[in-house]
Amino acid sequence: MKNLNKKLSGAAKKDLLTYVFVIAAFIIVNILSSAGVLGRSKQGLLVPICCYIVMALSLNLTVGVMGELSLGHAGFMSIGAFTGVVVSMSLVESIPSAPVRLLIAMVCGAVFAGLAGLLIGIPVLRLRGDYLAIVTLAFGEIIKELINCLIVGYDTNGLHIIFNFRGDKSIADLNLVEGGTAIIKGAQGATGTKTIATFTAGFILILVSLFIILNFVRSRTGRAVLAIRDNRIAAESVGINIMKYKMIAFVISTAIAGAAGALYGLNYSNLSATKFDFNTSILVLVFVVLGGLGNMLGSIIAATVLYILPEALREFADYRMLLYAIVLILVMLATNSPKLRNLFQKIIPFKKKEGGKVE
Amino acid sequence: MEFLSYLISGISLGSVYAIIALGYTMVYGIAKMLNFAHGDVIMVGGYISYTFMAYLNCPGWLSVIVAMLVCTILGVLIEGFAYRPLREAPSLAVLITAIGVSYLLQNLALLIWKPDPISYPSLIGGTFKLFGGQLSISYISILTIAACIVIMVALTLFTSKTKMGKAMRACSEDKGAAQLMGINVNRTISVTFAIGSALAAVAGVLLCSSYPSLVPTTGSMPGIKAFTAAVFGGIGSIPGAFLGGILLGVIEAFAKAYISTQLANSIVFAMLIIVLLVRPAGLLGKYVPEKV
Repeated sequence: MKNLNKKLSGAAKKDLLTYVFVIAAFIIVNILSSAGVLGRSKQGLLVPICCYIVMALSLNLTVGVMGELSLGHAGFMSIGAFTGVVVSMSLVESIPSAPVRLLIAMVCGAVFAGLAGLLIGIPVLRLRGDYLAIVTLAFGEIIKELINCLIVGYDTNGLHIIFNFRGDKSIADLNLVEGGTAIIKGAQGATGTKTIATFTAGFILILVSLFIILNFVRSRTGRAVLAIRDNRIAAESVGINIMKYKMIAFVISTAIAGAAGALYGLNYSNLSATKFDFNTSILVLVFVVLGGLGNMLGSIIAATVLYILPEALREFADYRMLLYAIVLILVMLATNSPKLRNLFQKIIPFKKKEGGKVE
Repeated sequence: MEFLSYLISGISLGSVYAIIALGYTMVYGIAKMLNFAHGDVIMVGGYISYTFMAYLNCPGWLSVIVAMLVCTILGVLIEGFAYRPLREAPSLAVLITAIGVSYLLQNLALLIWKPDPISYPSLIGGTFKLFGGQLSISYISILTIAACIVIMVALTLFTSKTKMGKAMRACSEDKGAAQLMGINVNRTISVTFAIGSALAAVAGVLLCSSYPSLVPTTGSMPGIKAFTAAVFGGIGSIPGAFLGGILLGVIEAFAKAYISTQLANSIVFAMLIIVLLVRPAGLLGKYVPEKV
């Protein structure tokens, strides 16, 4: 053990701890669910929790590691979700195996969301600070409205896609031959999707995303991104191409969000684009900020706890979102207000580490 | 004629955005924070004035004054309890707190006024006919546009002529230096929130008079649009917020009428993106070059 401790640097130890935590959590949840401790409603939460964990990891790469605020991350999730649904529903006959189809759907979701990230990144990453935030918000809303206009069907002739811009088109305009199915039905969204998402797939996706993000952050490219975050001008002066490195980080982040979206989309038989609105982006941002910027394990824990919290507060019925809001404000005040923090430190003497930085 | 009527409804909608954006921009200029709860103050203003009109049979103008008073107090309280302790905190922490406040207001409204949409009685009804009845303009549009212009002129005079306005400008430029000159920064920020929230109440009443369905989330979309308007015009600048609001309203009305109802918001946001690419600090914003 001593040997191992010596070999591993502090950062590597922290990464290892994150992996161990995720794997242990997976095993415990599996044992609990096979022992029948988790009810049906709680088991239904497992896949969405996995999706939101991956979303939080992905957003943490943009906000925590790259240091730019994105308020439209749900848009990329949405692209991934609807791509995943279309791919999976079109391949139902040619690939009967659900896990393989799920894998292809997630890869396609990631590719499309990554491409969208690349296209959107070109204008967005030129801006900085609050301006960048508002433009990502704008793109999130644009993606939502565009998908709301989308009508997609599949038949033996392949995919049929039309845009319902003026509200005068319907599924009939797809001209599907007999035996074809409409997959996305405009504002109604995707209905009748075969749900093939599983908790195991979610777990694997979390591990893969963690692997990608943690290795990225520790790589040469990742260090360049961190340098840009910490001091843009200094980074530029030592020859780091700001746009290039930011773009790499942003595309990775959006691709991971797309994969999470595909998993999410294939977990529900009905899904509409309005699910991925500004509030969803904010929800994920709250996970990231409360978990700690740049802290992946923190994001995982915050996403899990905060996703379960409103469900756990269900007995308070109408008051639950009120309680959620109050908890949110109090946590932010307690962790960030110097006065309150001093007060807490007097009551519970603990060492406060310097937050917000990746080691 | 059709064109004119779309233009007028656009300017009227834009005036509401402009009033909200003025509040946003003042708060941003001084506190350097995105106050996401601002949209929900609009909603509270609408509900308060509705309650006074429907249950206490107050005349419309009195309900507006009450709504302004309540929102002013609310704004000062929010600033004092939620934002003031975070003055030195990172901006993301303040942003999340603002989102928390926004959830809090929405859910309080949900508990008090219930989720069912309330049909808001317009402040003044009736329309005004021009060109032999070809063009009809509702009185509420005229009132909205007039209110917006009055507010904009008053605010410009306030910030340029009064002592408090000078203090605000000083705080927005450099808080530390302002404090050294004997300006009470905390009080100045409180006053800014008070003005912004009172404007939000006015905007809430005008918005609900034109679009009468009132629900606890009424304020969020106009809030986001107004924020967009503030950025569009150059955040921190009062004429910018006015210009941005009006332009946004007109673009939205024309997009709805001539291009696509479904994509109206997208077109508005796309315009914002184009403007920011050409002028990164907004239409009237000052571009501050970075010093190394």
